[in-house]
Amino acid sequence: MLKLKTIFDLNALRDRLLSSSKPEIPTVVITAGTCGQASGANDLIRITKREMLSRGLTERLHLRVTGCHGYCETEPSVLIEPEGTFYPKVNIKDMARIVDAAVHGVVVESMLFRDPDTGELIEKQSELPFYRKQVRTILSSNERIDPIRIFNYIENGGYSALIKVFGVGKPDWVISEVKASKLRGRGGAGFSTGLKWEYLAKQPNGNGKYLVCNADEGDPGAYMDRSVLEGNPHSIIEGMIIGAYGAGATEGIIYVRNEYPLAIKHLLIALRQARDLGLLGDNILGTGFSFDIKLVKGAGAFVCGEETALMRSIEGKMGEPRQRPPFPVEVGVNGNPTAINNVETWANIPVIIRDGADNFRSVGTKNNSGTKIFSLVGKIRNTGLVEVPMGITIEEIVYDIGGGPVGNSKIKAVQTGGPSGGCIPADKFDLTIDYDSLAEAGSIMGSGGMIVMDENTCMVDVAKYFMHFLKDESCGKCYTCRKGTQRMYEILDGVSKGESTIEQLDLLEELANVVKDTTMCGLGQTAPNPVLSTLRYFRSEYRKHIEDGKCPAGVCKELITYSINEECTGCGVCLKACPEDAITGEKKKRHVIDQVKCIKCGACMSVCKFDAVEVE
Amino acid sequence: MVNLTINGLNVSVEEGSTLLEAAQFLGFPLPTLCHMEGLSPYGACRLCVVEIGEGEKSKLVSSCTYPVQEGLKVRTASERVLRARKMIIELLLASCPQSKVIQDLASKFGVRQQRFKQEHEDCILCGLCVRMCEEQMMAKAIGFRGRGENRSIGTPFDIKSDVCRFCGGCMYVCPACQLRCTYNEPEKAICGACANLSPPCVEKDQFDDMMCYMDPCVACEINKD
Repeated sequence: MLKLKTIFDLNALRDRLLSSSKPEIPTVVITAGTCGQASGANDLIRITKREMLSRGLTERLHLRVTGCHGYCETEPSVLIEPEGTFYPKVNIKDMARIVDAAVHGVVVESMLFRDPDTGELIEKQSELPFYRKQVRTILSSNERIDPIRIFNYIENGGYSALIKVFGVGKPDWVISEVKASKLRGRGGAGFSTGLKWEYLAKQPNGNGKYLVCNADEGDPGAYMDRSVLEGNPHSIIEGMIIGAYGAGATEGIIYVRNEYPLAIKHLLIALRQARDLGLLGDNILGTGFSFDIKLVKGAGAFVCGEETALMRSIEGKMGEPRQRPPFPVEVGVNGNPTAINNVETWANIPVIIRDGADNFRSVGTKNNSGTKIFSLVGKIRNTGLVEVPMGITIEEIVYDIGGGPVGNSKIKAVQTGGPSGGCIPADKFDLTIDYDSLAEAGSIMGSGGMIVMDENTCMVDVAKYFMHFLKDESCGKCYTCRKGTQRMYEILDGVSKGESTIEQLDLLEELANVVKDTTMCGLGQTAPNPVLSTLRYFRSEYRKHIEDGKCPAGVCKELITYSINEECTGCGVCLKACPEDAITGEKKKRHVIDQVKCIKCGACMSVCKFDAVEVE
Repeated sequence: MVNLTINGLNVSVEEGSTLLEAAQFLGFPLPTLCHMEGLSPYGACRLCVVEIGEGEKSKLVSSCTYPVQEGLKVRTASERVLRARKMIIELLLASCPQSKVIQDLASKFGVRQQRFKQEHEDCILCGLCVRMCEEQMMAKAIGFRGRGENRSIGTPFDIKSDVCRFCGGCMYVCPACQLRCTYNEPEKAICGACANLSPPCVEKDQFDDMMCYMDPCVACEINKD
């Protein structure tokens, strides 16, 4: 590969790429992130390639394989550019028709997205209800860029922010620009990124300074960082080079969890390409500035997302947090000053520099600028990654973007911030999404997980689930975190089995508050949040478990019984579905469940077409 | 020197010292389990928590690991601190009721009830033995393994470590496992030193160079006889 020696070289390369590109030729864009591949995107790619080759379409049609676009519910989806035609849940049998239609500039109407409320067909991606309210500054790049082709990134304005930085030539300017943008760390705590870099720049430069990208995304049901790493790795690299220039860092580390093989692959390719092109390494673009990034794979502990534990893990030690102060910015990786930022924070940097801090600040609210990616999952119609401006209400995300509940059950709460976050009940859905208001409501922004729960979700069960996760993932150093999470789980388990007393509920709350108070790191301090927030908003549900011995949502197995009512037509479907042969009954007569044999799996209920199976 | 206030008293201590040291300098007692002079601070037992800062920003930190800062306001026995400390002792008591050290703590701080399910564990994972082995005996024979519930202390893969000199230092510093440190139950031991019937002092000529914490010790008993 050619090596770029000056800024001029990079500009010339971009001009050459742009002049040779042909945007008028239709392009088939296939989403092939981990989620897309899992739902069959690789087959679609294979078929498209075969069609193009066998029919000699290579001059009339382009194919672009990209990372995730966000709308997971419709994977694998295909987008036809430049029109923006969107085909959801494409079957391999239909791919040839889509290719054919794309070549001829027509639309296959029968395969378009149908609005579930109005029944209307929607052709353009931008007009889908899921995308309409989003502001996709980060995620929109995913559909324009093939993550393993650096030229593709450069063609789409990539590394232009870097040119701008080198053009100004003042590290102070970078920091003042990031400070002016009021960007707050997207990892969860919301510390000002500009301020962090300023501290790093002020540290004495002994044996070098480190920049770390924290890509150890471990929250169950959250995958924002993965999609950015997979879909646009160069934006992280560009952000880190800019950050290094501003803060005077000499070495970069991307700490990515080993469970993200595709992200690791794309990152390694991107790093090699950037290095080959001369964008990383010694004397970048002839400016005399040197910086390189290495990749460290995490071994899969949730606690390693905590910055001090992450640093120890990088050093090859056991992932265990330590006391701050001294903060990583003073004593970090190998004892050197270190600034650690989340993937999404890094991805925001090129945007801020390229479009200016004022432009960035125009989105969002006064103290919470820019956009935030959430992974919207759970009992909701449109699951996927949503990028919204800060200050949007939960209601807008859940109902307008998420499309509301699945089926007839009402949405009860959302859980934000992963296992360390809290639940927010439906009557507080007018709450705006920003760091401060979420903290006030007893939850946290976290890295952006958002789990929607409806009436069929038991809040005791939710708290128990998260506590189980945390008691396994606590590093175990602090006694109160290790033993506290175990004891909280024990009590929650007792509540869910109806073996608890009201006094134990008070003990649970007392313990939760002490754990929150006395542990060293963020994991332990936020670990009681699922308990405290569910106790705060759903205490009545806990009481029903204890006092009435009933689970209102019909989830806690020890407290529920399945029965068959008079609606039963005796069709025998449930009888066949029961794995324990607990259902008996003659044909066309009401069936009966043997409560001794019943394991409460709910299989009968899910297969019954007549709503004859009841749970109480 | 750094100036700070502890329970309303002004104190001036050397830079780099910890809040625990500063509090002890003034004579404020703070209970600890995982702290020992000569070993690096670790902050595992959380018994030594103190409250720092004021108003909404006040928080609890472990005094053994928190460095002194200019102008810091520290309270070692505020209501919040005492409440947390009592709960920690209650948790300890629920897990290791047989430890004399923990029983004494409970009686000193007036913990008269234990509302959790009773357990009988030997180890509170304070890490004193690990640090003793690494920092004082320079052996690194034992270490932490696993995380969360499965965290434990031992040698890698539970194979007897070649670097273990059977000095017994790990057992000497242990605040909780009085039972384990007699050789009555050798299968429960960390290093197996207590089960070792031919201690190094008997086998090796130059034993004078090695420290020994074995108590009771087979060799000493033999010599006595």
